Amino acid sequence: MTPLLEVSGLSRRFGGLQAVRELSLSMARDEVLGLIGPNGAGKTTAFNLLSGFLAPDHGQIRFDGRSIVGLSPHAICHLGLCRTFQIVRPFPRLSVLDNVRVGALSRRPRMEDARHRAREVIEQVGLGGKMDHPAGGLTLAERKRLELARALATEPRLLLLDEVMAGLNPTEIEAIVALVKRINASGVAILLIEHNMRAVMSLSHRIAVLNFGEKIVEGEPTAVANHPRVIEAYLGEEYVHAPSR
Amino acid sequence: MKWLGAAALAVLLALPAVLSSYAVTVFIFIFFYAFLGQAWNIVGGYAGQLSAGHAAFVGVGAYAAALLSAQVGLTPWIGMLVGGVLAAALGTVVGYLGFRFGLRGFYFVLLTVAFAEVCRIVALNTDAVGGALGYYITFTGNPRQFQFQDNRVYYYVALGLMLVATAVVAAIERRRFGAYLIAIREDESACEALGVNTFRYKMLAMVVSSFLTGVGGTFYAFYLFSLQPNAVFGIPLSVEIVIRPIVGGAGTVLGPILGSFILSPLAEASRVYFGQGGWSGVHLIAYGILLIAVVLFLPQGAYPALRRLWARPAAR
Amino acid sequence: MLNGLLFGGVYSLMAVGLTLIFGVMRVVNFAHGDMMVWGMYLAWLLAIRAGIDPYVGFVGCAAVLFVVGLIVQRVLVDRIVDAPHEMQILLMLGVALVLENAALVAFGPDPQRVRSLLRAATFWLGPVFVDVARLVTFVLAMALTLALYLFLQRTDLGRTMRAAADNAYGALVIGTDVRRVYAAAFGIGAACVGAAGALVSPILPFQPTGGLSLSVASFNIVIIGGMGSLPGAFLGGLLVSVAESLGAVFLSPSMKELVSFSLLIVILLFRPAGLFGRTTV
Repeated sequence: MTPLLEVSGLSRRFGGLQAVRELSLSMARDEVLGLIGPNGAGKTTAFNLLSGFLAPDHGQIRFDGRSIVGLSPHAICHLGLCRTFQIVRPFPRLSVLDNVRVGALSRRPRMEDARHRAREVIEQVGLGGKMDHPAGGLTLAERKRLELARALATEPRLLLLDEVMAGLNPTEIEAIVALVKRINASGVAILLIEHNMRAVMSLSHRIAVLNFGEKIVEGEPTAVANHPRVIEAYLGEEYVHAPSR
Repeated sequence: MKWLGAAALAVLLALPAVLSSYAVTVFIFIFFYAFLGQAWNIVGGYAGQLSAGHAAFVGVGAYAAALLSAQVGLTPWIGMLVGGVLAAALGTVVGYLGFRFGLRGFYFVLLTVAFAEVCRIVALNTDAVGGALGYYITFTGNPRQFQFQDNRVYYYVALGLMLVATAVVAAIERRRFGAYLIAIREDESACEALGVNTFRYKMLAMVVSSFLTGVGGTFYAFYLFSLQPNAVFGIPLSVEIVIRPIVGGAGTVLGPILGSFILSPLAEASRVYFGQGGWSGVHLIAYGILLIAVVLFLPQGAYPALRRLWARPAAR
Repeated sequence: MLNGLLFGGVYSLMAVGLTLIFGVMRVVNFAHGDMMVWGMYLAWLLAIRAGIDPYVGFVGCAAVLFVVGLIVQRVLVDRIVDAPHEMQILLMLGVALVLENAALVAFGPDPQRVRSLLRAATFWLGPVFVDVARLVTFVLAMALTLALYLFLQRTDLGRTMRAAADNAYGALVIGTDVRRVYAAAFGIGAACVGAAGALVSPILPFQPTGGLSLSVASFNIVIIGGMGSLPGAFLGGLLVSVAESLGAVFLSPSMKELVSFSLLIVILLFRPAGLFGRTTV
């Protein structure tokens, strides 16, 4: 079976900085792939490349067997790859329902159908009580759910989540983790950038680690967590040989 | 709300029977500028792309229809469509350049102003269309030539135009097109990520808006009978177009109409009381102050504020 | 052509004022040209009522415009610094409308000129014919620009302004009174253009409705030189002035305007960041 996502040799530089270097990944249909690495490792740049917001210098991205390099973000969304933003971007003056409806309209051009689908998705993410609330007035945790709902409404097969746990307290994080698990269980593959290690370990089937734009390690969560190169990347060389707890 | 609208419409339809010719003229301007403002509303209010050069489209439509009527004998009833199409062509160019090259905010405003000014200067220097002296249409009063003896017919035509534009905007608002435009105004990048082809929808808004504005140009030509490049392409006209939706409520269906009902009488009153000559700029000072006040205190315009006031007692 | 270069001093001063405001506050002053027109009329008033030559009176004009800028900023602009760009544009358009038409009401629509003692003085510098008035204008404009440069480099307030221009948030974090900096920047920007207006008043005729073309000229220069870049505005001013004077030799005044706007369109499309400027608006 063809992988849902196949990335090979993806590279992008900005002036003197090589932000992403020869990145190669692949993802199966239902899996959750965690993408971790220190700040500045190139994770969000990778997301921008995958979702069409940036063009790669070279490399290939295949989504469901089809090359998506050079396609615009909206075209890529229509193919089934949808991304969220690290700093959430709700439509502040629109209601929660209208926000999510924009996402739904991409699949359901008729306003009533889109509205119906939007309501469903909003209930799914647990924002049902805030349907007509202006998005600008939501709490951060609620905005994250909104961002998720909007993306879900586009009926993606692959969802790119960019630090969706950032800024949330432990209770909120637990709730979002549960939500992401439910989403994945419903058949959506997820590529997840995350700094919260517990969340990543709990959610991911596999983890890939980036450092200085390169993938340094990839594998099962526990194997990755104990990998010396990962420890070196995050904590520095001295810790590689520190006794584990 | 519906019965209120119907009642208002009935009143407007009946008014000419009781109004003086002067009052009818005032209403004609209210309706006409509301029409232009409504057309602008599509791209400036809903899509959030501030154009300060919409006069260019009025001018193109006006000159096109006038020239076709005088040189070729084409009735302006068809000429207005031609004018609209030509204006839409210009709109396509401006929109394409602006949106393809990623011009937003201040840069886009400048682009639209630059295009309008270029049109103005070209018209000023082209003797074939009258140059600086302007282009004049002979009055024949022939309805086939979009000219009417009775002021009141113009009243109904202007009212009709305003209603058509409003219907177009209402239709847009109800559909996906409108929902997308509003979202684009809020955050373009987020829209792209959600599958919205922002370029296509902005272009569509620009084309519809400029087409309607061009049609309005024909009315302008055959109501005023003289086309002066400085008047018909100039910044003052663009200001008149923009200020009504802004004050009344950009991105709402009734905003431009409300704005016109507020501003046209204001302009007329200041013109009457302060006379001509050096004082003719007074109404523009009022415009400036109103614009500032709206931005500071009522950024969404008068209509949304009124709607909130209306809703509050009902909600309790 | 030399006269074109000399006139460039004024262009530079205008542009520097505009770019300072944008650089520090990220606000585009649409009323820039209209403020300059007021500078011209104030110089005219000083000359007519008090007999003060504009080459002396420009100081007064700059001072008055400084206060005007301060007031506009404190009362109006300050409230919308964080608002969406459209709101800022509309606000400044409103200010422009008020300024332009207040001038129209106050002074009438006819073009004016100011008589200066230096008006008729000219001399030959080698093979070139120099207009003393323009020369003095140039020297004074350069002096003011230099003074501004020194102010930004050497004084505390100036350095704070540059810091705020680079990173407003960071400046806030370290306790800068950003509002004071903004007010000063706007005031200085207005003062620049007020002085520029006064210095130009003996050379060119002016009228209230000239505000727009002056604004557009300023935008042209600032965009070429780079929004927010002072050296860019400075050089841009000289460049554009020379180009214009060359153009004037070959083209009629009307065509000159056409070229000016066409140039603006081209620049907007291809180099909105300008020669030195930042890429983000």
